[in-house]
Amino acid sequence: MTDWLSPEEWTAVRLSLIVATTAMLASLPLGVGVAFLLARGRFWGKSVLDALVHLPLIMPPVVTGYLLLIGFGRRGPIGQFLYDWFGIVLSFRWTGAALAAAVMGFPLMVRAIRLSIEAVDRKLEDAAGTLGANPFWVFAVVTLPLCLPGILVGMILCFAKAMGEFGATITFVSNIPGETQTLPSAIYTFTQVPGGEAGAMRLTLISIAVSVSALFISEYMARLVGRRIAIE
Amino acid sequence: MTAVLDIAVEHRLGAFMLDAAFTSNGRLTALFGRSGSGKTSLVNIIGGLIRPQSGHVTVDGQVLVDTRRGIFVPKHRRRIGYVFQEARLFPHLTVRQNLLFGRWFTPRAPEDGADLPMVLDLLGIGHLLERRPAGLSGGEKQRVAIGRALLARPRLLLMDEPLASLDEARKAEILPYIERLRDEMAIPIVYVSHSAAEVARLATTLAIVDEGAVKACGPTAEIMSRLDMARLPGAPEASSLLEATIAGFDTEYGLTRLDTRAGPLQVARAGLVAGHRLRVRILASDVLVSLTPLDGISALNVLSGTIAEIGERNGGGAIDLRIDCSGEIVVARLTAKSVAALALAPGRPVYAVIKSVSIDAP
Repeated sequence: MTDWLSPEEWTAVRLSLIVATTAMLASLPLGVGVAFLLARGRFWGKSVLDALVHLPLIMPPVVTGYLLLIGFGRRGPIGQFLYDWFGIVLSFRWTGAALAAAVMGFPLMVRAIRLSIEAVDRKLEDAAGTLGANPFWVFAVVTLPLCLPGILVGMILCFAKAMGEFGATITFVSNIPGETQTLPSAIYTFTQVPGGEAGAMRLTLISIAVSVSALFISEYMARLVGRRIAIE
Repeated sequence: MTAVLDIAVEHRLGAFMLDAAFTSNGRLTALFGRSGSGKTSLVNIIGGLIRPQSGHVTVDGQVLVDTRRGIFVPKHRRRIGYVFQEARLFPHLTVRQNLLFGRWFTPRAPEDGADLPMVLDLLGIGHLLERRPAGLSGGEKQRVAIGRALLARPRLLLMDEPLASLDEARKAEILPYIERLRDEMAIPIVYVSHSAAEVARLATTLAIVDEGAVKACGPTAEIMSRLDMARLPGAPEASSLLEATIAGFDTEYGLTRLDTRAGPLQVARAGLVAGHRLRVRILASDVLVSLTPLDGISALNVLSGTIAEIGERNGGGAIDLRIDCSGEIVVARLTAKSVAALALAPGRPVYAVIKSVSIDAP
């Protein structure tokens, strides 16, 4: 394996997996929360929140990346705050790549989870309430388990989007080998140099393999969960 | 003594106005009425699923809702069990986990109320424990739902047409369990139904609900034989409920002899046990009236009594009468023409000829 891929290529693959996994796991709690608000909440500004969540899906990725750069860069208002108070730097770091990937994958995750929350039978939640469960426990032991298939699908979609994210990443954190050079950036770099075709093709095949595996895993897990909670 | 249940609420749902009040001390209080009469809204208010716009709900002396004092106890703190029309079992949990669901949340009180082995035995669901709800029949689901509500140690049990979505055989399977519940557990029940037969068999107290209001509430036999109730749209046909003891059998003809306060009855029904008490129901339209004792008729059951009350003529020309047979009331439905021809009047001695007696018991 190791002689098949060069160390630089390995680094890009590993980095991509770390970035995508981080993006997926870090955005999960927020994704469930926002999906729940959008599915169930009745509050002023709900459509604004909905639009905000979906913005990265419809804007050019480069625009998203540029906005992240302005906001989270060292001199950006949020970036400066994070640096001054927590010593966190996002721009030109792998954590920044994870942030860009998470922002781009977020709408897909929220959509999938929101749909599954909307599909949960509210009558079951009422029944749980009459059995003594307060709203928090109703959510934890009835709502959440019942929308587990949707959460899994949302996670996989977010992961896949994060694996393939290019425009926002390269705009926000550039293309630094070993730090921010993910699979797509590495492929792009290979296509820019003479004789890079073989390397680009190897990484392309790996990219396809990772995406297809993610899809199969999600299908398998969704079926496993779905069988367990086969609806009456 | 405070009533088990005391409710008086007003609540507007679109064009529908619920304005209902009743109190009950019965072991099983039936809310009877047409669909859309507001029965389910009423139990939803008791259970805390609907917050009434004004009024109060008191269970066992504890105020659950009082809009004037700003009291509204949320449903998870009411300890009121609710058995829904559809079982509403949690599909991701096993039957055992469904049954014990309420136990996770009720404070671990010193062992009071139902425990698992007892409920399994009462409802006959011990063999289902490790199954999932998706694999159960409708009747099994409903029994598990009843057990789940009982195990949360409720102080009041609401049942919203628990049999409505089941076929006749499944209903017959569950009815005895509800009877045992009523007689063996110390939990008062509020039971919503639009089936007169179910109500006649189960209810100790009957409340008639019509167009969002409780029109009458009292002991079941009294309400069912009230002539003004029978004229309400959607009300059950006037009928008599008699408490009977099984006195003996006539094996040659396959008859069972029953003793009631109104007099002896014979029914063609096998499989009953001598000495047992049961309830029989006689529809007003199954009773004829004669001024003299009759010879040469096929009906076996003739009770003598005096006319207690003659109802008003309904739209069709039929008149219901209440006949006092040694203190028990038997209701008869005659045509207005017969009432006139026989010159029937309150106080007149008559014979009630009963064509059919239905027995609502196993």
